[in-house]
Amino acid sequence: MFAALGDENRLAIVASLCAQGPLSITRLAAGSSVTRQAVTKHLNVLEGAGLVRGIRRGRERIWELEPQELEVAHRYLDQIAQRWDAALGRLKKFVEEN
Amino acid sequence: MKLHESTDRIERQILLRASRSRVWRAISNSDEFGAWFQAKLEGPFAAGATTRGRVAIPGYEHLKIEMTIERMVPESLMSFRWHPYPADPETDYSSEPTTLVELHLEEVEGGTELTVTESGFEGIPLARRAEAFRMNDEGWAGQLENIAKYVES
Repeated sequence: MFAALGDENRLAIVASLCAQGPLSITRLAAGSSVTRQAVTKHLNVLEGAGLVRGIRRGRERIWELEPQELEVAHRYLDQIAQRWDAALGRLKKFVEEN
Repeated sequence: MKLHESTDRIERQILLRASRSRVWRAISNSDEFGAWFQAKLEGPFAAGATTRGRVAIPGYEHLKIEMTIERMVPESLMSFRWHPYPADPETDYSSEPTTLVELHLEEVEGGTELTVTESGFEGIPLARRAEAFRMNDEGWAGQLENIAKYVES
């Protein structure tokens, strides 16, 4: 799942959906140099990773964020970062007092 | 301690009021590493070799640690690979992806700046993340925070 986010175009798509809410491929591709085809490919990768889902609205599909996956990723990394903070705190005391 | 946010790596930094060689010893000597990291490790660190051990936090001594050392550049860099979450003794983790931990030392005014970077979180399966949260629920992360507060007081 982290690999799905490790591409700046995909990150930009996630950012757009976060800022603007559900969007169609047309809207996502508009105003950027990325083609509709490329946007579609990126959305499929994001969908495969559980980060976005497509909903049918009339003739078009619109895409929205599945925020839970992103939260899981962030919380997991936060947790590991916290563990490092605690360990570094102990290292500081260890080298400064011995 | 500084934080750099990203989706697949963690970076933390700390200023230690100690000489570079003192900090290097605390990191490169497996007994000293174990003392502040809170692990009981078997045997010294050596580039290319794997050092095994267990978590030394009361209540969690059943959790295994396995560090495969990559680089040891004296007083400058130590890097190793491991599984970033404590291992369940019943599970075989050998086929699972490891993360890379890099400990960089730099001499600065006032002491030594240590930067920890952990990368390679891509591909960590959902099940393992759920397990990490279960460990959190069991209070491991909280335990570490308590200990940090205790030793820093």
